[in-house]
Amino acid sequence: MFRRAFLALVLVCAAMPAWRAEDVTLLNVSYDPTREFYTEFNAAFARYWQDRHRQTVTFKQSHGGSGKQARAVIDGLEADVVTLALAYDIDVIAEKGRLLSPDWQTKLPHNSAPYTSTIDFLVRKGNPKGIRDWDDLVREGISVVTPNPKTSGGARWNYLAAWGYALKKWNRDEAKARDFVAALFKNVSVLDTGARGSTTTFTERGIGDVLLAWENEAFLAVKELGPEKFEIVTPSVSILAEPSVAVVEKVAEKHGTGEIAKAYLRYLYSEEGQEIAARHHYRPRSEKVAAKYAERFPKLDLFTVDELFGGWRQAQKIHFERGGIFDQIYRPGAR
Amino acid sequence: MPLLLKRRTVIPGFGLTFGLTMFYLSLVVLIPLSTVFLKTFSSTWPEFCDAAFSPQALAAYKLSLGASTVGALVNAVFGLVVAWVLVRCRFPGASVVDALVDLPFALPTAVAGIALTTIYSKNGWIGSLLSRFGIEAAFTPLGVTIALIFIGIPFVVRTVQPVIQELDREYEDAAASLGASRWQTFAKVILPTLWPALLTGFALAFARALGEYGSVVFISGNIPLKTEIAPLLIMKHLEEYDYEGATAVAVVMLAMSFALLLAINLLQRWSRRWQSP
Repeated sequence: MFRRAFLALVLVCAAMPAWRAEDVTLLNVSYDPTREFYTEFNAAFARYWQDRHRQTVTFKQSHGGSGKQARAVIDGLEADVVTLALAYDIDVIAEKGRLLSPDWQTKLPHNSAPYTSTIDFLVRKGNPKGIRDWDDLVREGISVVTPNPKTSGGARWNYLAAWGYALKKWNRDEAKARDFVAALFKNVSVLDTGARGSTTTFTERGIGDVLLAWENEAFLAVKELGPEKFEIVTPSVSILAEPSVAVVEKVAEKHGTGEIAKAYLRYLYSEEGQEIAARHHYRPRSEKVAAKYAERFPKLDLFTVDELFGGWRQAQKIHFERGGIFDQIYRPGAR
Repeated sequence: MPLLLKRRTVIPGFGLTFGLTMFYLSLVVLIPLSTVFLKTFSSTWPEFCDAAFSPQALAAYKLSLGASTVGALVNAVFGLVVAWVLVRCRFPGASVVDALVDLPFALPTAVAGIALTTIYSKNGWIGSLLSRFGIEAAFTPLGVTIALIFIGIPFVVRTVQPVIQELDREYEDAAASLGASRWQTFAKVILPTLWPALLTGFALAFARALGEYGSVVFISGNIPLKTEIAPLLIMKHLEEYDYEGATAVAVVMLAMSFALLLAINLLQRWSRRWQSP
């Protein structure tokens, strides 16, 4: 009796790896506002993979501030794929963590950014302060809410969007751009550590006349909190925010998930993936899907980080590192 | 040295317990802290100074130290009153109030921070009242202080409470019968007995406040030079992958807290000696 039970146990143990190999688990480490999007996309990909390969994929999602997530991956969080707010955070994983090759950005179309977004203004209903464009943000008596560019990936896009607008307006005059951004941050009274925190400060605490936000985050705020309270203002010029994705090669190799991780990211570019992104207010890359959702996304003049700032590494170094321009704005005696 | 120690103690097992103490302290406290110091050696002296004594860092130390001191002082005064009432006064629901005191210990600091911000912001209960008098609480240094008072209160109450319990009422009666006024009884009889415990409570509340991050980032505006606390500055450096900068600030914070705690310990010892001639 006892022996039979033991034998059964041995058999079960022997059989276990066989059926476990069928199931795959993927860990996608992402940033804050993608929660709702990836929940839907993961389900879609799991269906697609099941149909094609008769294999069940389960997903684990991790969300948080983009920089914090990158650090977690460097410090040993075993992500198969990362889908972060900006290319620089993945650059750092490649550089400091040596977990993927430095040319990761060339491995997928469109700089490895399957969907894009931009920076919009969220204002109170009726736009009582008459905010129409970036110039209005530096006016006397306007209170601006944005997260801290030092701690939030989204806020770095905000900052660069303002800088880029000024560069374009004053014909690439760096000194003018710097004065403009300094004046803008002089109107900021609360610098939260993350994008969601700023949204809460603006919507729940009633602080500020205008919130600088991701387009998708602004849409979400209006949808969740009511179009009778807030409205979105699209500036004339803004930045093309390109949230990047990559397979963390070393980890995927170790887990034996390299193929499926690649397929997962490529599926973001498929028609279904692009549709889901558009439904969650990310601007799709596919022209067909973009045309279908055209009325959702207001047209504006968009510039990229590569165009105006020579890429993320450069922008990070000049603007956000210790002693960089953002720190100089907050020197005592600086305007 | 071991011989000397052996002679002085009457309790058996001193070597074993002493060894355990040192091992435990090293594992839990000294080794993690020493890595912080070691990390600073990877940067040069000018680099260290640049990060540790930048205008932003100096402003952050000032705010952190100032708000922590004010918070701990407020707690020392009102914590003493709370402890006194809890021990000496019998009233219905006393045990509930007693349990309430510990809540700031148990509550996740982020929850505390968000709750405080909701109440003290301009459209919150207390914040709207204060704003009528032109006082802004949330997103100012005052807000930081409020958060630090909140998280520090149990430290004072819980250290002072047992000492008040031990306090013999006969001393107060004796003082009164000898013609001391109520104030004299408090200042000359009660306070000296409570002094060491009160100092400990103050030191604990102060030390806790100095390192507090979770609740403060919500209620503070986090504006550099104005409402940025030192722990946030450390987080900012980490976020930039600037580990040297982060440890530089951390080392200064550690040195300051250690100096202050040491000073308070010495003060305590001195006051004890002064009390029992």
